[in-house]
Amino acid sequence: MTAGKGSPVAIVDYGLGNLHNVQRACQAVGMAAKITSSPEEVRGAPAAILPGVGAFGDAIASLGASGVGEALRELVESGRPLFGICLGFQLLMTESFEFGHHQGLDFIPGSVVRFHNPADAGSRYKVPHVGWNRVWKRNPDGTTGSGSKTLLDAVADGEYMYFVHSFVVVPSEANAVASTTHYSDVEFCSSAGRGNVFGCQYHPERSGIEGLKLYARFAQTIRNHRMQSDADPVFSRPESAKVTGDRPSCAQGGFSRSGTPRG
Amino acid sequence: MNQRLMAAENKTLHPKLRVIPRLDIKGPNLVKGIHLEGLRAIGEPARFARHYYQQGADELLYIDIVASLYGRNGLLDLIERTAQEIFIPLTVGGGLRTIDDIRSTLRAGADKIAINTAAVRRPEFIREAACKFGSSTVVLSIEAMKRPDGSYEAYTDNGREKTGLDACEWAVRGVELGAGEVLVTSIDREGTGLGFDLELSRRIAESVPVPVIACGGAASAEHVKQAALVGQVQGAGIASMLHYNYVKRINTNGDHFGDLETRFLRTATISSNFQNIGLAALKHELEESGIHCRPAPAAEEVVL
Repeated sequence: MTAGKGSPVAIVDYGLGNLHNVQRACQAVGMAAKITSSPEEVRGAPAAILPGVGAFGDAIASLGASGVGEALRELVESGRPLFGICLGFQLLMTESFEFGHHQGLDFIPGSVVRFHNPADAGSRYKVPHVGWNRVWKRNPDGTTGSGSKTLLDAVADGEYMYFVHSFVVVPSEANAVASTTHYSDVEFCSSAGRGNVFGCQYHPERSGIEGLKLYARFAQTIRNHRMQSDADPVFSRPESAKVTGDRPSCAQGGFSRSGTPRG
Repeated sequence: MNQRLMAAENKTLHPKLRVIPRLDIKGPNLVKGIHLEGLRAIGEPARFARHYYQQGADELLYIDIVASLYGRNGLLDLIERTAQEIFIPLTVGGGLRTIDDIRSTLRAGADKIAINTAAVRRPEFIREAACKFGSSTVVLSIEAMKRPDGSYEAYTDNGREKTGLDACEWAVRGVELGAGEVLVTSIDREGTGLGFDLELSRRIAESVPVPVIACGGAASAEHVKQAALVGQVQGAGIASMLHYNYVKRINTNGDHFGDLETRFLRTATISSNFQNIGLAALKHELEESGIHCRPAPAAEEVVL
């Protein structure tokens, strides 16, 4: 089954990390997806997944150089769904302080910082935070603080998901937060959304059946978006963006490196 | 919501322990030995992997125990089949010598790779692997044996070759070079059911800032609990205890099972040392005793 208008969902490959299991998760829920590093294929896709493990600086440099960052901006501005996972979630933010200071894609205003209380060697709370942890939803229906729908309505509150990370996302608008998770004495943002953009710090493709439910919901979101676009091609923004009045922040500065850091 | 979050906070006094079934692989078979020697074939690895996934395994660990190039394609096939039906992290180790070995293992479906011998021979290999695939993908595997003076020495080649390296110092160095986790196997305890080497686990866990997984010796829920409380590790690798239970379960249910499982049960006299407990029950018992972990899924299969 194809999720979009004949084209597969683009799994964005920027040269880092293992994307095959993201693709296998898409297959498991019947969503055609293709690993690609081509801006044209991202532009032509009905939706995109931005996965990844690795370093923020390398990833954003690669997205800039290849033109895929720009293609993602067009995709988001056209109202098509974008799903960021782990490092891919962090890349959606305005800026990161991982090994220096880097501009992000700025689809969700906010920054990426190291766990504020880095664990000592002797601590039971190690960094990276590796393993299963609970995802507490901001709202029971999985919406963000501003009422944007997210994939989280597919799972129960407090569901366990698999995490691997040393840095956390801090949205500058609390309303963008869709879920939080506790580790040591830190409560951090584990999912966030804005309009048609959603991201999560955990790996749904490694989180068993519950994680696959997020992929299944993403496939459904794409189908809904497609039907909406077909019915009313002039207004192709998803329902959530219309309801909240959210506009993807990329419209105000986007991927360009001249953007000023916020937050 | 505040009350709920406070309840969540109380649940985080200890980080969640990862319970990780370890499957030692030789050719087409799941095998188990004692002190990493005297390997016996137990059954078909994919069947055990599937069972553990359904029972709530937090991750799976495949170690290619022969670690030869011969049969490598068979291992990649196994990884690929596993990755198509099991959506939890899979770590694969054994015989990974080059960046290309790692790449093909990840491509087949592994999430992390564990390296031991190749890292001891050339520590820079850790750095290269971490740069190429990310620290979180690289697990430093240390096989350790206690020395007469109470310190621990790292070994390679399934406990056959001494390295002269102090296990703790090697762990620290490996993490500095970029390893994102440390897997420490006690050769002394491996396959014996005498419990984890808690001293070894604790020393390694106290030496490095990254998560540590202990392997070797687990025969009861109490052993696993001690690994978390005393050994201070973030993950417990378990083999014999879970394999014995599953083989017995197959036997009791009268499901068909192969010659290997039958022979294994007949010859496994040592199995009486092991608590007859499955993974889901083990996690339940841990939670009851205050060691938090992700509970086993309620239903084995959910229609999407």
